[in-house]
Amino acid sequence: MSKFRKDDGKETPPISTASLPDIVFMLLFFFMVSTTMREVTVNVKQTLPDATELSKLEKKSLVSYIYIGEPKPSFQKTFGKAPRIQLNDQFASVGDIPDYITAEREAREEAERPSMITSLKVDVNTRMGLVTDVKQELRKAAALNINYSARKRAER
Amino acid sequence: MARKTPEVPATSLADIAFMLLIFFLVTTTMDVDSGLRRKLPQWAPDQEQEEEAEIKERNVFVVLVNRNNDLLVEGDFIRVDDLRERAKEFMANPYNDENLPEKEPLEVPYFGEQMVTKGVISLRNDNDTQYGTYLAVQNELVAAINELKDELSKEKWGKAYADLNIDQQRAVKMIYPSRISEAEPKGKNF
Repeated sequence: MSKFRKDDGKETPPISTASLPDIVFMLLFFFMVSTTMREVTVNVKQTLPDATELSKLEKKSLVSYIYIGEPKPSFQKTFGKAPRIQLNDQFASVGDIPDYITAEREAREEAERPSMITSLKVDVNTRMGLVTDVKQELRKAAALNINYSARKRAER
Repeated sequence: MARKTPEVPATSLADIAFMLLIFFLVTTTMDVDSGLRRKLPQWAPDQEQEEEAEIKERNVFVVLVNRNNDLLVEGDFIRVDDLRERAKEFMANPYNDENLPEKEPLEVPYFGEQMVTKGVISLRNDNDTQYGTYLAVQNELVAAINELKDELSKEKWGKAYADLNIDQQRAVKMIYPSRISEAEPKGKNF
């Protein structure tokens, strides 16, 4: 009987934490791999519209973004409240789009260029006049694949 | 004899790893960008108007969106919610109605000769239309065509359109082509 009661009275040994770093590293690697760093800070207000017929943009390297919306409060002193276009990190005008598209095109491999997509991230309250101007510029620049960025809406 | 070097304590390794982990947790954005895929027409100045004139009236499904975000579809004042049904009826034209688009025979793989609609959806918006409304309308029109495609593929293969192989998808697409044309918006008219 006494054989089984050897440790009587003694405290239980502490749980070994030696494997804790391994677990944490595992999580760490997961997040490191799945992370995509934001490349631009969006300076315009964005409430994206809802839609049901969505498709995902799989190859991020092929996508260039055009943001349109009202400037955020901290920029309203300089840029006013009217919706503006943002390319990369700066506010831009419609006339800057061809240059932007050309620059984006130059940055890609030759083989990838035909499948490039321009994603329009436009605020719901923007008037169509501005969006149409942008679309016309895109047509002129022959960037015909576009994507109206939207969020998933629950099916009614 | 030299003394053995003592082992490096590894207890703080966890702390360092935690710090990195928290950094990546905070900076991670996992959202995949999604949206409505469209293809813009080629830039060809002064050609559109002629092209539009060639299409017969009954083959065009006119959707107008005005500056107050109201919809005028084929002369009727309707809500966005009803647009999908109207567009489906137009594209399918199940009873060969005279006011709905004509059909022309076309040889389609898997289906044989099929009567394919000549219908075109024409979308025109005002410069002051809200983008939200515009996209909702676009979404309904695309949804209408997608639903028709889905119904056809369910009928033929018992599978959703997205699950078909490329050849089958192409065949279905021939029967229900997605022809949504966007006219240049008008400034202050209608």
